Amino acid sequence: MTELTDLTVAEIRDGFRAGDFSAREVAEAFNANVAAAKALNAFIVETPEKALEAADAADRAKAAGEALKPLSGVPIGMKDLFCTEGVQTTAASHMLEGFTPTYESTVSRKLWDAGAGMLGKLNLDQFAMGSSNETSYFGNVISPWRRGGGDNAALAPGGSSGGSSAAISARLCPAATGTDTGGSIRQPAAFTGISGIKPTYGRCSRWGIVAFASSLDQAGPMARTVRDNAILLETMAGFDPKDSTSLDLAVPQWEANLSSDLKGKKVGIPKEYRPDGLNAEISAMWDRGIEWLKDAGAEVVDVSLPHTKYALPTYYIIAPAEASSNLARYDGVRYGQRDLPDGAGLQDMYAATRAAGFGPEVKRRIMIGTYVLSAGFYDAYYTQAQKVRALIARDFEQAFEKCDLLLTPTAPSASFALGEKQADPLAMYLNDVFTVPASLAGLPAMAVPGGLDAQGLPLGLQIIGKALDEQTVLNAGLAIEERAGFAARPDKWW
Amino acid sequence: MSIDLQTVKKIASLSRISVTDAEAEAMVPELNNILGWVEQLGEVDVTGVEPMTAVIPNKLRLRDDVVTDGNVRDRVLANAPQAEHGFFAVPKVIE
Repeated sequence: MTELTDLTVAEIRDGFRAGDFSAREVAEAFNANVAAAKALNAFIVETPEKALEAADAADRAKAAGEALKPLSGVPIGMKDLFCTEGVQTTAASHMLEGFTPTYESTVSRKLWDAGAGMLGKLNLDQFAMGSSNETSYFGNVISPWRRGGGDNAALAPGGSSGGSSAAISARLCPAATGTDTGGSIRQPAAFTGISGIKPTYGRCSRWGIVAFASSLDQAGPMARTVRDNAILLETMAGFDPKDSTSLDLAVPQWEANLSSDLKGKKVGIPKEYRPDGLNAEISAMWDRGIEWLKDAGAEVVDVSLPHTKYALPTYYIIAPAEASSNLARYDGVRYGQRDLPDGAGLQDMYAATRAAGFGPEVKRRIMIGTYVLSAGFYDAYYTQAQKVRALIARDFEQAFEKCDLLLTPTAPSASFALGEKQADPLAMYLNDVFTVPASLAGLPAMAVPGGLDAQGLPLGLQIIGKALDEQTVLNAGLAIEERAGFAARPDKWW
Repeated sequence: MSIDLQTVKKIASLSRISVTDAEAEAMVPELNNILGWVEQLGEVDVTGVEPMTAVIPNKLRLRDDVVTDGNVRDRVLANAPQAEHGFFAVPKVIE
């Protein structure tokens, strides 16, 4: 019999309904995998009792013949950026260590209301700032993947949702939540051979999610299959009056409408995503992806997104600017830590608390944000970046006059070794070169695994869709999934 | 535009983050490197382009001006590093 922890969300949901196994058996199997995987450092807090509680509720409901909920019997992991009532929420920072929210984020509330159980709070880059999970106060997450040939170097699971990606690929949970500001769902999904979708900005409520850059942050699911992503996203999305940027639209039935038939669809291939010096294996992977979409019935057209090269610098003005403002709330008065030197006044307390509570990358971004918003530089940096952002969004609009979706690589390389890029922040930032443009334009975008590189590490493809057209993105993802036949998984060493 | 030690200390102070001299010194090349790189945005012609403020057209909603929750003082204060008499407590501000 297949191990319960190898099942997808859809298989767990359906198997539980069919009586193949109980929800408690599923929760216990995942709890055991979580407990045995400390070496990955994927969880900051484990909540096996929460997983069992939801499982027992599902089993009781089933025994009593009551109507089951969409995710009854399914345990998941929760990125530690979502506030969870009564369970420590830290955003992987020392600043929020010990913070126990008295409220539940809208997205996590929707998941629990749909019957899901929580296996624990997943590690991430501190305040979601990072692309490798090396900025967490609680230590690096280690990818379950390793290069072939006996190379035991610890690899990056991607970031910021690296605890989520590592836990899913290592079978510690069948699915997890992620958040994506510049690629934080898609890049870690690509690094670990799983799928993840960032929906259109405004689809998922940001209420109760620790804020990084408010005009970019968007929650989304991560899982091993496209179908599982559709299932989770249906639960997570929806209007929330508590978030003023939440879109007041009905949630489509993405799972029921899944179809890998792309007949009549035009796939745009943006030429600017194939710069000189693009990794040859990434380039070849992309070419295979193009063939797969053609095989699914789509027509391929060349498109141009002329402002692509300006997306990253735009992002590294706008995101830190918003972060410097959002993180002003951590001052030693309302949450978590306070550092009060002897005889210090209020201003000294703020400065000491923030110096002790934030890690180096967070400080760096707050300071860049403060600088670009400061008097004399605001227009040169911030206003200019907002204008370039408008041009980047316009590029996408013009491209979508010629096509229905875009296919690109997800990241410029496979996963790299921890420590390899840490010395140079700029080199690390370049990891998000393919994911950031869609974030700036607020578009739905998904990563799906396409294959392995020569070292045996996963490579991902990215599908970018029109605003609110998650269905086409998921459908193209399914078409690739069916053709790639990606079945590789990390060998267990932990 | 090049950032010097003085500027880094000023940004740190505006950011309410205390830094030692050694930390500030280490940040000079880092911040210069990043800001030097983002300055390439200056070469983009943005004539006639409005700065983007919302990625998805979405009208800001207003809700009725009524109390929708409240009476949760203890929950609001539950995570305060220091709370006294039902308030957030801070060091003395006025002598």
